[in-house]
Formats: sequence, C-alpha cells, structure tokens
Amino acid sequence: MTGVIDTSAPPSRPARLVDDFAPPLILPGAHQLCAGCGEPAAIRSVVEMIDELGLTARAVGVFGIGCYTSFSPGMDVEVLQALHGRAPSLATGLKRVQPRSIVFTVQGDGDMVNEGLQEVIHTAARGEPVTCIMLNNGVFGETGGHMTATTVIGQRTKNSLEGRDPKKHGYPIRMAEMLAPLDGVAYVARGATNNAGNIFQLRKMLRSALQAQADGLGFTFVEILTMCPTGWFLQTGEAPDYLEDKLQAYHKVGIIKDVSVP
Amino acid sequence: MTRESRGTLVIDVERCKGCELCIDACKPGVLSMTTESRNDMGYLYPELEPGCTACRACALICPDFVFQVWKYDEPVAAGEAA
Repeated sequence: MTGVIDTSAPPSRPARLVDDFAPPLILPGAHQLCAGCGEPAAIRSVVEMIDELGLTARAVGVFGIGCYTSFSPGMDVEVLQALHGRAPSLATGLKRVQPRSIVFTVQGDGDMVNEGLQEVIHTAARGEPVTCIMLNNGVFGETGGHMTATTVIGQRTKNSLEGRDPKKHGYPIRMAEMLAPLDGVAYVARGATNNAGNIFQLRKMLRSALQAQADGLGFTFVEILTMCPTGWFLQTGEAPDYLEDKLQAYHKVGIIKDVSVP
Repeated sequence: MTRESRGTLVIDVERCKGCELCIDACKPGVLSMTTESRNDMGYLYPELEPGCTACRACALICPDFVFQVWKYDEPVAAGEAA
C-alpha cells in the first residue's frame, strides 16, 4: 500500500480542471438527500446537458413532488412547482405561452405513474414539444418508501416486504415502452445512474431529447433508473448492483424511439 | 506497487456522507474509505492513492458533489511526490 495523496487543495503542478465540485447550475450543498441516492447524479446530468447545449437562458424546469424537489431552490434554472403528477400539463401551458422556452419536467415514478399517469399520456399523445424526465427507483422515497406502479417483481418495499407479488400487487408498468408507440412522441430512452458508463450514456440521451425539443420534433421522454438504498433496505454500496440485477432486468436501458434517425 | 498518476482530486470531505459509491465506481481502484478518521458529521470519507487517471467516474456518481477532478499536463511518475 502506498501513501495517501493530499487532496485538501488543488495540485501545485501544471494541471487543468476537468470536473468541478458542483455542476455549473447547481449550488453546492443544494440538497439534503440520503447517502447513496441516485437522484443528484441524474439532476446533475440534466442541467449539465442544458448548459452544454447553450439553452440555460431559455430553460424552464417543472418539478413534481418527491425527494428531488429539494433541488428546485438550489438550481440556477427557472423552476415551476407543479402539483402531484401534474407537471406535464403545466409544462404544456408554459410551452404554448412561451414557445421559445425549453421546458423539461422532473418527476419521480410515484409522481408520474401513480399520481398523474393520464397527464403524461395525453401530453405525449398531443405531441407537445416538451421533455419529460422520470426518475424511477420503484419506491415513493419521500413519503416513506412504499410500492409504486413501476416497482419490479420481487422488489422489497415498505408495503411489499416479501417482495412484489404479481398475484397480490399486479405487474409493473414499463413507462418508456408504453409511451413510445404514440404518434406524437419523437424520442424515448431509458438510462441509469448506477455506474459511470451508464451516466455517460444517459447524458447522451438527455442531450438528444433536449435537442429534439429545440428542433420542434415533438414530445420527448427520458426515464432514469436511480438508486434508493434507503427504500430498498440495502447498504449504500450494494444499491448499484441491485439496480443492475433487479431493475434493469425488467426496465431495459437503451434508446427505444428516435424519429430523427431514419 | 506504485503507479503513475495522470490526474488528482480535491476531496471536500466535510460534505461527504460516506455512501462509498465512488469506491466501486473508481476503475483504477485508487479510492478507499478511511477506517478511523471521520468528518465533522461523523462519516468515514474517501482517500486517494497514486494512480488516478482523471476519468471523472467518482465525480459523476457522487450524490454530494464532493470531488473536484484535475488532469495533470504531464503524468506524475510512480514514487514521485505529487
């Protein structure tokens, strides 16, 4: 074992900064989420892609209700707060009044699928040129960690302690696959935040979705699988593997629809 | 065995909540958690050993934005002081 390097100050040798603490549009210490949460990496990817595309001044976020809502006061992007599940409808109104704005929603699986499923389906079917982002961890994290409609079979939550049983609880909904066949939908993809490779892929997906909106192609949707070690009853270090083995087995990561590719 | 370092980190240990996601994310495997030292919040935190490649994996996965990543203009040879 070699010595530990001093990491309390920037290096004295010639070096360039490749990644600062917090991304450009998020205040450091902006959230109070649990250790090992996957949502900060997802929010970070969203705002960094907005920044990279040069859309910061035009971007407006519409937040649903969930743990991720704690980011809304700490972001340097305009944010509107929607009621539970109603973010896509609020985004629709905003986009129609301000057609030049780039509107994205941030919602959890509980918010989007359980509380406001019809909102997102109608927004997609109308082909509203907004980007809906769903953070999917299979639990209502903020309200105690009970089961949602996307909880995978066998997943333990507060009210499915023996694992989700289809006989008792029904089957999970695959949101991305459900929205993709609708005619108004231009781009659908599913990413994950459990390792660096998946995060790089996710960033490309978010970039494509925001670009498709800027090009006026139609409704775009990105689902992001995030870790919730607290809600999954796991040690923080076990959550990325659990996501890969359990959640990714049912919710496949990849681009599901892209109308810009012939 | 020491390795050359192509990059280094600044770690804001006081913001760390000790989730250890960076330990598995680090491909060269040069991050490890402290076993004794704790930050003011009471959490163990990561420490860097020589061999960093400045790949940014730790910074991308960190929920608490603890890492600042620097890439050296010239790699630092094994055994040489950073």
